Amino acid sequence: MKIFLKIWRQKDAKSNGKLVDYEMDNVIPHMSFLEMMDTLNEKLVVSGEHPVEFDHDCREGICGQCGMMINGRAHGPLKNTTTCQLHMRSFKDGDTIYVEPFRAEGFPIKRDLKVDRSAFDRIIGAGGFVSVNTGQAPEANSIPITHEIAESAFDSAACIGCGACVATCKNSSAALFTSAKISHLAKLPQGQQEAHKRALTMVAQMDAEDFGHCSNTEACEVECPQGISVLNIARMNWEFLKGNILK
Amino acid sequence: MKKETLSTLSRKYLMALTGLFLCFFLVIHLAGNFQLFLPEAQARESFNGYSKLLSGNIFIKAVSYILYASIIIHSVDALVITVFNRKKAGKYEYDKRGAASKWYSRNMGVLGTVILIFLVFHFKDFWYQYKFGTLPLDAAGNKDLYEIVIRAYGDIWYVLFYVLAMFALGYHLLHGFYSAARTIGVYHPRYVAFIRVFGTWYSYIITFGFAAIPLYIYFTHY
Repeated sequence: MKIFLKIWRQKDAKSNGKLVDYEMDNVIPHMSFLEMMDTLNEKLVVSGEHPVEFDHDCREGICGQCGMMINGRAHGPLKNTTTCQLHMRSFKDGDTIYVEPFRAEGFPIKRDLKVDRSAFDRIIGAGGFVSVNTGQAPEANSIPITHEIAESAFDSAACIGCGACVATCKNSSAALFTSAKISHLAKLPQGQQEAHKRALTMVAQMDAEDFGHCSNTEACEVECPQGISVLNIARMNWEFLKGNILK
Repeated sequence: MKKETLSTLSRKYLMALTGLFLCFFLVIHLAGNFQLFLPEAQARESFNGYSKLLSGNIFIKAVSYILYASIIIHSVDALVITVFNRKKAGKYEYDKRGAASKWYSRNMGVLGTVILIFLVFHFKDFWYQYKFGTLPLDAAGNKDLYEIVIRAYGDIWYVLFYVLAMFALGYHLLHGFYSAARTIGVYHPRYVAFIRVFGTWYSYIITFGFAAIPLYIYFTHY
């Protein structure tokens, strides 16, 4: 396959970036998108150019590190897929592919396609945990939890924090991410004790990180690699409301 | 990263609560307007009597102030939210994000602006006329608002403007109704499914109900 690429190149956080054209011959349809990028980078290194920097880690679709806007869609054209799980067979010979970083005020670009998503870590740090300060982990079965609740909490916990929800949101809202973390813990008995306080502190941190308002377009659920439900957002709104009334 | 006075969620609650009140008002408004479908003589008597009843009632007066406040708060809050979001939003060179959501959910501000422009005309032509204008009187001695309504819908362009505005309202409600429920925290899948269906039917009934009135009057009277 022959592929034409238009990739966002930006030297550092402060400089202006631009789309740069690259041509790739001999792209194999079985390559993952990131393998195609690796091949491009090998070519760039040989020619003495700085390789395109991008985030990636497990390449199994579970770590949440990779993330690019591919042809104007978060993680590319497929629904519920990470960038690393996208393969070149999703494109045609001779296609032009636009590759841009995830963009949002809360996600400053560090270089090329590499984005600073530490805002998510600070949102977790603001309350996305259960405060048990001493001792070892208790015996797992000592607190009875029904199968349905455990499954539902796990569905929320499945969020890998890749940031596609923010990238695809017209308001760059981090509501899906924050609400998945709030809901995951609010559903379980261990987390319920601090559910209200957690909703307040995590939402406050989310706002402090320069993310926009959620306007319920539900694009986030479509693009989320884990298919995190927008009903988590409803749950966050409810916990936040309760938290404000009961605080 | 300065501390905002209201959280993003609080601003959305304000949108949801004022929006839901306006949704409730639309039902009452439409129910009253259905009197216009009665045979002419009966419609005139009933509609004018109803207008008199509403304008003279102290309770309705109090509710009307909540209504005015809701329209203003809903509009101003929307503007604040939109300006804020525009500042925070990422901008792409090549953008196909629209494929992941409904067009009307992304354009609530545009639809809302159409509705607001419509409201200016609507208030000027009926509300202002009734409150401050000089109206003819009907047989019962009530202000003949019915006559004003009939005269207004004699112009096909005015009728089309109304119908167009009602479709803007319809799409606004199609997203707004369930979005409001989401914002105030309805998260149980069973109720969410119910609200989705209820909100869709609600939007259809309001849209076609209101749009039918100018069309009905135009085709039966002109």
